[in-house]
Amino acid sequence: MFTALLIEQLLNGLQLGVMLFLMAAGLTLIFGVMGLINLAHGSLYMIGAFACATVAAATGSFWIGLIASLAAAAGVGAIIEVAVIRRLYDRDHLDQVLATFALILILSEGARWLFGSFPLYLDIPPLLQGAVPLPGGGQYQLYRLAIIGVGVAVAVGLYLLISRTRLGMRIRAGESDREMIGALGVDIGTLYTVVFALGAALAGLAGALVGALQSVQVGMGEPVLILAFVVIVIGGIGSIKGALVGAVIVGVVDTMGRFLLPSLLALTMPASQATTIGAALASMLIYVVMALILAFRPSGLFSAQS
Amino acid sequence: MNRILAASLLGLSLATSSLAHAEPVKIGVITTLSGGGAGLGIDMRDAFTLAIKQSDNKDVELVIEDDAQKPELAVQIAEKMIQGDKVDLMTGIIWSNLAMAVVPNTVAQDVIYLSPNAGPSALAGANCNPNYFNVAYQNDNFHEAMGQYANKDYKNAFILAPNYPAGKDALTGFKRYYKGALAGEIYTQVGQTDYAAEIAQIRASGADSVYFFLPGGMGIAFMKQYAQSGVNIPVTGPGFSFSQDVLPAIGDAALGVKNSATWSKDLDNEANKKFVEAFKAEYKRLPSIYAAQSWDTANLILAALSKADVKDKDAFRAALKAADFQSVRGKFVFNNNNHPIQNIYVREVVKEADGVLTNKIIATAFEDHKDAYAEKCSM
Repeated sequence: MFTALLIEQLLNGLQLGVMLFLMAAGLTLIFGVMGLINLAHGSLYMIGAFACATVAAATGSFWIGLIASLAAAAGVGAIIEVAVIRRLYDRDHLDQVLATFALILILSEGARWLFGSFPLYLDIPPLLQGAVPLPGGGQYQLYRLAIIGVGVAVAVGLYLLISRTRLGMRIRAGESDREMIGALGVDIGTLYTVVFALGAALAGLAGALVGALQSVQVGMGEPVLILAFVVIVIGGIGSIKGALVGAVIVGVVDTMGRFLLPSLLALTMPASQATTIGAALASMLIYVVMALILAFRPSGLFSAQS
Repeated sequence: MNRILAASLLGLSLATSSLAHAEPVKIGVITTLSGGGAGLGIDMRDAFTLAIKQSDNKDVELVIEDDAQKPELAVQIAEKMIQGDKVDLMTGIIWSNLAMAVVPNTVAQDVIYLSPNAGPSALAGANCNPNYFNVAYQNDNFHEAMGQYANKDYKNAFILAPNYPAGKDALTGFKRYYKGALAGEIYTQVGQTDYAAEIAQIRASGADSVYFFLPGGMGIAFMKQYAQSGVNIPVTGPGFSFSQDVLPAIGDAALGVKNSATWSKDLDNEANKKFVEAFKAEYKRLPSIYAAQSWDTANLILAALSKADVKDKDAFRAALKAADFQSVRGKFVFNNNNHPIQNIYVREVVKEADGVLTNKIIATAFEDHKDAYAEKCSM
């Protein structure tokens, strides 16, 4: 029974990691190419979830909702880039943080104004309902397996996009030398808008996928945003590979910590005390891991800048 | 000369008439109107303002502020309301960690605070205060009821709650009356939205039932994930986990779940019928338990205002304590520690003819229930 539990928890960690990767990939891409810290990334996640819930409720199909979430997040992302973000590239990080924090407030209040403060309903599509058996006698939720699948597909897709296509070449060029590719005649403005919209679409996709598991409500993006920042700091800012590895580390460490720490502590102290202290320690664990990694590799595991 | 006399007479009469109209009573409402917990605070605010609006008392002024579910912000707002707005009474806080940050300091400045929801154990026992009235419940109460009710069917329960004062009170309360064994006990993070790790532990624990206290968005996430996980162990919870504010978002996964509460939409009394009708007519949705408690808080204040002047603190406290108002929960009396003595019911989630999910009372867990801390209070 313990093996089954362990496998299930590892899958849970992987699923959380994959979801964080969808968020972190966009964040790190935007930082890598444009040098911009985008705090409003969590709001794009929220927009994806709201778009999916609204469209799924209107059409009765989760899949149309999923497409709508990609379109809505990419669309809003592109509008934000053209209207606000474009003016921030030459400013320092403090200005960017201030402006994108303002965007969080505007988008959250906007969503509240449009959809109200009560959580929306979004269910898992019938095709992915239920659980499947695992080796070792356990069971695992099919939808979470599907999220892992989507995450792996996105990782492979991003790898191919960046290493094999013209757009990917420009993104890599933009990461190494922004001025030079502008001088070589690449329309840098459009490139930035496309990269920003791509990052936004990934965040929207994560929001829609997770919205079916959790509750779709205003402010749902900010807790994930914090974790996504931990991921890109661990992985090395600007590196997609780093984002993937960092996301899986954070996902697995967080899940395993929540599961193992209280039982380990229970060996040395009374059960109810162990659960309280264990829960408190588990919530710090990923930050401890981040601090340790930064102590040995100050620019993260796979820094793009080095 | 006559004109001057007339004018001064007019002036005098104006002056006396403004004397007859006393200064308005200022009530400070600090509640959660943004962020993940906003649904609860909005129900609180809506019911409170509606009750004030429908009363004959036109001399009540509300100062409403959003605490964003952040203790530090709530403390600042409270300070501003007491020093700046000079409020006579305060109310509104939903979350126990915020109540612990605001209430002790507020009542110490001789401002009366009425809690429409949070009832942390630390304020109910030795640290009870004559300026602190809890119109809702003591945090342990709902959970005690479910612990008692669980004895009927279950012998090996798995329990979980968020790691904050109300979460600890919750599991303490459940264990106070539950006699069976515990298959596991977990404290999760406040605001946590993914419960895969906890559900895996529930599956492996061999429990015969799950008891969880997760208010607001946390409960929605847990129930949706639990329903899909393939775990078939029956769940129970306090009314907060299945309140009207979260039921539409949980969906059919909540059907048939038993939960405890001091109030339900179908509770049969005149005040409750009037409340449910008025709330539905005004806001086009069903009220939650937070709305019911807040409606009672407003009506308690209105009843006390009609009997005593709010500036005369002793008389006003006595008027509040008498609790001479029509509660939507039926009978309502304050215990020595200013916490209610009330019935606690077991409800079941049902679907009404129009497809709306709501709760129905199926049993009474406790009659005239008192909290466990009252005897430590010296009032």
